[in-house]
Amino acid sequence: MNQWAFVIAAYAVTALGTGLVSLMSWRAMRRAEAAAEAL
Amino acid sequence: MHRFANPARFLKIARPLTPWLFWSGLALILVGAGCGLFVTPADYLQGDTVRILYIHVPAAWLGMGGWTGIAVAGLMQLVWRHPLAAVAGRAIAAPGALFTAICLATGSIWGRPTWGTWWEWDGRMTSMLVLLFLYLGYIALANASARDGQGGSSSVTAIFGLVGAVNIPIINRSVVWWNSLHQGPSITLRGSSIEPALLWPLGLTLLGFSLWFGAIVLMRMRTILAQNKVEARMQRLARG
Repeated sequence: MNQWAFVIAAYAVTALGTGLVSLMSWRAMRRAEAAAEAL
Repeated sequence: MHRFANPARFLKIARPLTPWLFWSGLALILVGAGCGLFVTPADYLQGDTVRILYIHVPAAWLGMGGWTGIAVAGLMQLVWRHPLAAVAGRAIAAPGALFTAICLATGSIWGRPTWGTWWEWDGRMTSMLVLLFLYLGYIALANASARDGQGGSSSVTAIFGLVGAVNIPIINRSVVWWNSLHQGPSITLRGSSIEPALLWPLGLTLLGFSLWFGAIVLMRMRTILAQNKVEARMQRLARG
């Protein structure tokens, strides 16, 4: 198999994981801080 | 450190710092990864697969660094009763687990063309897998204590974080103590055995992922503090 296929797979896994955690953390923070400010 | 024990004072610093850490981290990751993919030469032996280095090494360091942070937070919680220590420990767990999983996945992908196998039960890979299980156990414990009304700050969670730290030197020394497919330590305090033409983008991705890690920890700490505030208000209302 072409070596670049392994490189692309490794970078894709990293981009997907960090992107998902960024989005989930940001959304959870916004929701929690909005609820706290609404008190 | 005790100056930041007041959550209000901590939030005053964390709010402007979060986007700064996130965007500067992301910029450094993109520049470092871009240079690692398209500027540096291929390795004479491994060819282009050596480019996985620029994400695999930061993931390994941050996976281990994250647990070291959890252990320090546990110590601060148990000894000094620092009110933000448990919050920090809980906030570190998710990005720490993520980087440990990324380290294992990218290592496996790198291993297939380099060693001819996706996985080998040797000291380095097995101890890193144990670290991932420790993270999952810590997250489960912290969530359970949060449900019990302790806000995820039970002493059991802190002790688990401290005891689990015994795995960090084992991971670090595993390639020295046991025969392994994994290469020996190539970056130490005495220098690096990696060719400088290949090494320099690693500094950019390492710093970038570290800043990104800090931004995620701050986001999760802010989430937990806001949830604790709502929970405290609900309990006061319930008591009348």
